Amino acid sequence: MTYLETLKEIFIEGDRYMYILKGLMFSINVTILAAIIGIVFGIVLALCRLSHFYPLKTKFNPLSQGALIYIDLIRGTPAVVQLMVLANIVFVGSFRDVPILIVAGLAFGLNSAAYVAEIIRAGIEGLDKGQSEAARALGMNYFVTMKEVIVPQAVRKILPTLVSEFITLLKETSIVGFIGGVDLLRSANIITSQTYRGVEPLIAVGIIYLILTSLFTKFMRKIEEKVKN
Amino acid sequence: MIKINNLYKSFGSLEVLKGITKKIKKGEVVAVIGPSGSGKSTFLRCINMLEEITSGDVIIEGKNITDPKVNINKVRQNVGMVFQHFNLFPHKTVLENLMLAPMKVKKLKKEEVVKKAKDLLKRVGLEDKGSSYPDSLSGGQKQRIAIARALAMEPDTLLFDEPTSALDPEMVREVLDVIRDLAESGMTMIVVTHEMGFAKSVANRVFFMDYGVILEDAAPKELFENPTHERTKEFLDKVLNH
Repeated sequence: MTYLETLKEIFIEGDRYMYILKGLMFSINVTILAAIIGIVFGIVLALCRLSHFYPLKTKFNPLSQGALIYIDLIRGTPAVVQLMVLANIVFVGSFRDVPILIVAGLAFGLNSAAYVAEIIRAGIEGLDKGQSEAARALGMNYFVTMKEVIVPQAVRKILPTLVSEFITLLKETSIVGFIGGVDLLRSANIITSQTYRGVEPLIAVGIIYLILTSLFTKFMRKIEEKVKN
Repeated sequence: MIKINNLYKSFGSLEVLKGITKKIKKGEVVAVIGPSGSGKSTFLRCINMLEEITSGDVIIEGKNITDPKVNINKVRQNVGMVFQHFNLFPHKTVLENLMLAPMKVKKLKKEEVVKKAKDLLKRVGLEDKGSSYPDSLSGGQKQRIAIARALAMEPDTLLFDEPTSALDPEMVREVLDVIRDLAESGMTMIVVTHEMGFAKSVANRVFFMDYGVILEDAAPKELFENPTHERTKEFLDKVLNH
C-alpha cells in the first residue's frame, strides 16, 4: 500500500475531511467575531486610557484606571483560564444554551481587546506631540485634530502590529476545544482518534493554518501599501 | 492688541513664568531673547494656550483666553504659530497641509482655498512644491511651508517659536527673509529667537527674559547697545562675542 492510499484512508474514507472543513469554518467564524469585538472594544479601552477625565479634581482618572486594570487582568492571565471562566462560570444557568461559537468569540474578543487597546494607545502616543499642537494651533478642535491628523498617522503605524495580533488570535482560537468547540485543531484530534494516525491530521491542519495566515498577511500588505500614501 | 496681565505658569512645583505684564500693539514685531530655560518658549505657548495658564490673564483683541467661556479654537484661528520643528503633517501633500485648516475649521470652499494656498506657496517661493510630501523637502523649505500654512488661516498675529534653531546654517537666511517680508507687511509678530542679528534688524521691540520674567523691554538699538541690566549685558556678551 502506498502512502498516498494511507492518506486517502485517513482523510477521504468516512468523509473525515468534513471534520476539517467544519473545523475550518468554526475557526474562521470565531476569529472574525473575536476580531470585531477586539477592535471595537479595544478602541474604547484605548480612548479610556488616553482620556483626560478627572471628575474628582485629583490625579485620579476612573476611565483610565478602569481600563488599565482590565488590560492588566487580561494580559496577566492565560486565555484558557478566561475561556473556561466565561464558559463555566458566566454562561451557565439560563445562558446554558448560548452557542459555543458566541461564547468563544466573546472570550477571544475580550482577550484580544486588551492587546489591541495597548497597540492603539502606543500608536497614538508614539506620534510626535508637535502634530496635535500644530493642529490645535491652527484652530482645529479635538475631534477634527483626531480625525484629520492623529488617526490617519496612527493607523499607518499600528497596522503591521495589528496584523500580527490577529494572526496570533487565529492560532489562539485552537484552545477552544477546552470548552467543547470543534475547531481545526480539534478536528485533527477527532480524526486521530478514529484512525490511530497522529501525525498526518496535525500536519494537515498546520498547513491550513499556514495558508490562512499567509492569505491574510498578503491581503493586509496590500492594504498597508494603499494607506501609505 | 495683546494684553498680558501678571502671567504665571508652573509645571508641577517648577515655576517657569513669574508674573509677566506686557502690552503688544497691532503691527509690532517683538523679538524675545534670553538664555535657554528662561521661559521664552513657555511664554509664547501661553499666548495661544498651548500651555495651560496657571494664573493671570492673556487678552487677545478684547477676549480673555483664560476665561473658560471663551472659545479658544476661535481665538487660535487668528493667532498663527510656527514651530521650531515645523510640525508639518507628513501624511498630506504641501498643498493639503495649507488647505486643511481653512477647509475644516473655516469651512471655506475648496476652489477658494486652493487658489489662496497656491498664492501663499508663491509668496514663500515654493510654488512648484504643492504636490510634494513634506519628507522630500529641506528644513528651510519645510519651515517656509509651515509659515505659509499658518498664513492660510489669515491670522492677525503670528507666534514664532525659534523658527530657525533646527535649520542648517545655510537655510536660516531663506526663512528669515520670509519672516522679514511679513514684518514689513504689518503683521503683529512675536518671535522667540537666538538670531541676534535678526532681532536687531527686524524687531521694533526686544524682550530679554531670564528666570521667568521679562527683565528688559526696549527698542533693539537701545537693548543691544545700552543694556541696563547686568544679566542682559552678560547674556549679550556671551552670545555676541564668541
